[in-house]
Parts: sequence; C-alpha cells; structure tokens
Amino acid sequence: MTPLAISACTLTTALGAGRTATLEALQAQRSGLAPVAFMDLPLPTWVGEVAGVDATALPSSLAEFDCRNNRLAWLGLQQDGFLDAVAVARARWGTGRVAVFLGTSTSGLLQTELAYRRRTPQGALPADFLYGPTQNTYSVAAFVAQALQLQGPSWVVSTACSSSAKVFGTAARMIEAGLIDAAVVGGVDSLCLTTLYGFNSLELLSDEICRPWGGARKGLSIGEAAAFALVEREAGTPQGWLLGVGESNDGYHMSTPHPEGLGAIAAMRSALADANLQPADIDYINLHGTATPSNDAAEDNAVSSVFGTGTPGSSTKGATGHTLGAAGGVEAVIALLAIQHGLMPAGLNVEERDLALKLNYLQRNQHASVRRVLSNSFGFGGSNASLVFGGVA
Amino acid sequence: MTDLRVWVQGIGLLGPGLSSWPASLGVLRGAQPHASTPTVLPLPARLPSAERRRAGAAVKLAMAVADEAVAQAQVDPGTLATVFASSSGECANCHALCEALAAPVPLVSPTKFTNSVHNASSGAWHIAVASRASSTSLCAFDGSFGAGLIEAATGVRSSGQPVLLVASDSPYPEPLNSARPLPDHFGSALLFTAAPTERSLASLTISLGGPLPAGSLPDASLDALRGAIPAAAVLPLLVALAQGTSQTVAIDYLPSLGLQVNVVPVPVLQ
Repeated sequence: MTPLAISACTLTTALGAGRTATLEALQAQRSGLAPVAFMDLPLPTWVGEVAGVDATALPSSLAEFDCRNNRLAWLGLQQDGFLDAVAVARARWGTGRVAVFLGTSTSGLLQTELAYRRRTPQGALPADFLYGPTQNTYSVAAFVAQALQLQGPSWVVSTACSSSAKVFGTAARMIEAGLIDAAVVGGVDSLCLTTLYGFNSLELLSDEICRPWGGARKGLSIGEAAAFALVEREAGTPQGWLLGVGESNDGYHMSTPHPEGLGAIAAMRSALADANLQPADIDYINLHGTATPSNDAAEDNAVSSVFGTGTPGSSTKGATGHTLGAAGGVEAVIALLAIQHGLMPAGLNVEERDLALKLNYLQRNQHASVRRVLSNSFGFGGSNASLVFGGVA
Repeated sequence: MTDLRVWVQGIGLLGPGLSSWPASLGVLRGAQPHASTPTVLPLPARLPSAERRRAGAAVKLAMAVADEAVAQAQVDPGTLATVFASSSGECANCHALCEALAAPVPLVSPTKFTNSVHNASSGAWHIAVASRASSTSLCAFDGSFGAGLIEAATGVRSSGQPVLLVASDSPYPEPLNSARPLPDHFGSALLFTAAPTERSLASLTISLGGPLPAGSLPDASLDALRGAIPAAAVLPLLVALAQGTSQTVAIDYLPSLGLQVNVVPVPVLQ
C-alpha cells in the first residue's frame, strides 16, 4: 500500500486520558488494572476501568447519544488536541471528504442491559430508552461524526476484538479509491454486563490480574478504552505512518483460535507484504496477548512461524486490560508511542513466564530505536488483523 | 480518481415474498405484484452439525443468501473475501442475554455470548467454507447496506479479487422490537469481481452523493419493504439488475449522504 500519514492520535484507557498519561504509565511499567469495582459486580475478576467516564457530559445538542460508550468516546476525543486536528482536516478537505470508521464490539449495549432491569410490569422497555443512538452498533460512529461535524461516509466495523485494527484498512482503501481524503479511525468499547458475564461464562476471565505469556496465566482482564487516529492523504508533520494492513479469517472456530495460528500467520504475512517489508524489518511486535492459555499459545506459534523467536514482543494488555473492540486502536497508538519514544514496553504481570512459549517476550522495558512495529489483533469469529506502523514512510 | 466499478457475478435474495433471486424476478420486473408472505429461513446445510444447532436466525439468513450467490457465480467460496453488513446481528440472542443479565443472579449461556458478536455470520460462513480469506462485518444502522456496498467495492478495487457482500437483517423479539421494529427477515448477497467474466450479469459504477432519498419503487408493497428493513435498501439495485436495462439508481445510505449506482447489464449472447 501507499504509506498513509497519521496526523493525530490519542488514547484513553485505564492508564489515563491521553498520550502523556499513557506514556508515563508505560515508562513506569504500571498497570491500570484493579479488582472489579464497576457496578459493584460480584465477579472474581480484574478490570481496566477508565476514570471519569460517568462524570463526562456529552454536548447538549447530542444528548440523545448519552450512554457510557459515547461518554467514553467524548472523553477520548478531548485529549491530545484531537478535536483541533480534526477541525484543521475538516477545513482543508471539506466536511464531506473526511470519513469516520470506528470499531466497537458492544457499543452502547449497557444502556439496554440497564433498561431491561427497568422494564414495565407489562414487560416494555422504559420510555426513555433510545435504541438507535445508544445500543445500535453504529451509535458510536454516528455520535463521533456529529460531534466532529463530519459528513463523509461513516460506519462501524464490528469484528469483535479485531474491529479497531480493521478500520485502518478501510480508511486506506477508501483514500486509495479517491472517495475520501481523510478519516477518523479508532475504536471505543466500554465495560458492560454482556462481556463481563459472557467471558466469565466461557471461563476465560482470570480471577487474578491477567498475565500474558505467564506460565500461570488464567485468562483475561477486561478493559475499556477510546482510541482515535486521524489519517490523511497527506500531512505536514505526521505522528507516524501506516505502512501495511493484513486481514484474514481462521475459518476454524467461533471462539477458539486455530491452534497453529494459521489465520494469524496469514494476516501477519499479508501485512508485511502490503508494507513491502521482510520480517527482519520489524523492530517490535505488539502482541494480541490476551492471557488466555490457548490464545497466547496459538499466537506464539504463529509469530514464531513468521518472525522466528528473536524479534522483541510484548502484550500491553497487562497494563490496559483487553479493551476488546478498542484494542486494535489502543495498540496502534501504543505502537506510535513506541516509535516516537524508542520504548518497547514490557509485558506486565508475567511472574514466571510460560517456558513452552518461544518468543522474545519483554518482561522489562527496552529502550532502543524503534523504526517499525507490527501490531496484532485477533477476535471471536476467527477475525484477524495485523498492522505495520513506521516512523517514516 | 478512477470510477469505483465492479461486476456482479452472483446474486442471492431472501425476504418476505422473495424466496430466492430467480423466484423473485417476476416481482422485481413488475410482472407480478409483491405478496408479503413471511420469510422462511432454511437450515444452513453447509455448517458442521454442532454449528448448525447453534445457528440463529441471522446466521441462517446470511448463509442462505451467500450460498445462493456463490452457487450462481460458480466460484470457490474457500478463497472468497467477504463483507457482512447488518444493522443488528443475532437479535434473539441479544434479547436472551439482556433478559438473563436483568436477573438478580445473572446466568449467561456461553454459546449465546459467543454468538452475540456482530461478526457471528461471518465466522459461521468462513468455518462452513473453510476460508481464511479476509472478512469484514459492519454496521451503519439504517445505512448498513450502503456501507457494505462501499466497503465491498473498494475491497474489490484494492485487491483485484472477488468479494462477496452479504447484507441482512432479522427482527428483535419484544420488548426490543418496539424500540426497533423490523417486520421480518431480509437478506441479499452480491458477488463482485474486479473485471468482467463470462458469468458477469452487469457492471455497477458506484459514487457517493446524489439524490436523497432514493426514489420509491412502483410496487407499493415492495417499496414498503424497502423502507421497513435496512438491508432492503438494496431493492432498487435488484430491480435494476432484474430489469436488465442500463439505468442509474439511488440507494439510501446516511441521512446526509446517498449513493448512486450506474447499472449496465452485460449483453447476453444467445
């Protein structure tokens, strides 16, 4: 692909709001995870809850979109001068030439879960429940497009935990096709009952803090996040570049990855080919690394098949939690931070690493020149996406 | 900027009074009135038995139209990239989960949770046809078909490879149905190629903008369907394809952004 300029980016996770808070936490090797406090749920698990979501008020003209997911989106949009960057792009390209492509898995579903608890004696949902602006999967893109006054194409990609990686590919194809000149991409996913109880029902939640690549890993810790990037046909001083996109499916199982990671291998090879790069050109791999026993084993297999075992890699989900549909966007911004600051962030909480896993998994921060990063995002339904980012085109 | 043009090589259709693409040609051409009989969802024979048992309405609907388009196009589904567009996904599942989560002690079915993802139909299809090709699942509320059409066409343009677009919607049970009323199941599938082949039916040249809203269809019952189910926004395009004449149709997408599709049939050599 033609390298795509990333002219602005931001992320808000359990590590804090914005890039500076994130970078400080990564440099300090600090996790944002804590035993669940959200809604006082009686689940034995840790979560990465974002501070200040409840206190975030949407612009009054967009009140119909009010739900936790859109509050998190609005909190995220206000960091790192992102609103100003979009305003510049809107003025430059025109409001109809800037698109919004976002990833989410559950959008504003919490609003519906709570509405079901307030059903009338006849079983009806409360009159204040608004389906389209809250629960519907598209809600977050509709909200963000209106909040940013953008009238280009918009949609949500919802492929579970690869969602907000895949939107980078959508934006690249749309710009290449000449339909748009710029796009706001990224992902927003917020804590809700369906994912917490659902992953619990699958016995995929750890009752301790999650330990990607740890020998004693027991599953994931769920997080929430909003991450955004502005990609443009051209930009004066880009934050970094999208160099390659690889997408594939496992075609194997709805919730378990292919044991040898064949779909993941296809996605990584396709991303490298798209970037016209060799495995040795990648300095750091941000792994999907959810900390379930089977996911990490399959990814270890897949990455070592493509890269061998020398390339440094880590999962940052020990710090942020698994932010599901926002994970690809979060880890894209972390990849750009790694490049900008020469920081390969440690995978946290490992304790004793799993000796059956072969990769060069970083348990301490490593400081070195990082020119190019590959970021993996894999999801239910067998959906895989790998992105390659670079400091120069 | 070059035109965004793709060729249609296969079509699948299933909705109220529209039991398949060939069975619907008379209605779409205006030779017969549309009769809105309820959609009947076939069992997805292609799925392994375990997955077939778990398949909900959304998966059955998507698989049925995908199967029809692939059969007509005579392509290998095992290497075929896909785009699945839907306003909502597996609606009965969503209701069951919300109901379970409203209980004092929530007990959630792991199978229902697994199949609650918006890309459940994509996952089931790629398992059924053992395909590792790329697949995207997307949503744009009432504009989901339009979004899928753009994503699929730009995917064809970018890769040079065929892409199967499946756009489908199923209704929610109550009480969600009152908040998001959809009268029935409706799905279509279009198999696009980058260049004409001997099996091509028509070329589509897609552009953003154009008249809003899409013009109404002459058959009032068909037009009501178009307005009632997001996935049925495809109907003006299917009518043009069925009529087999060159024409430009408007497709509803976003409130402030429509699509125009110039349909040019490939002459059939008799």
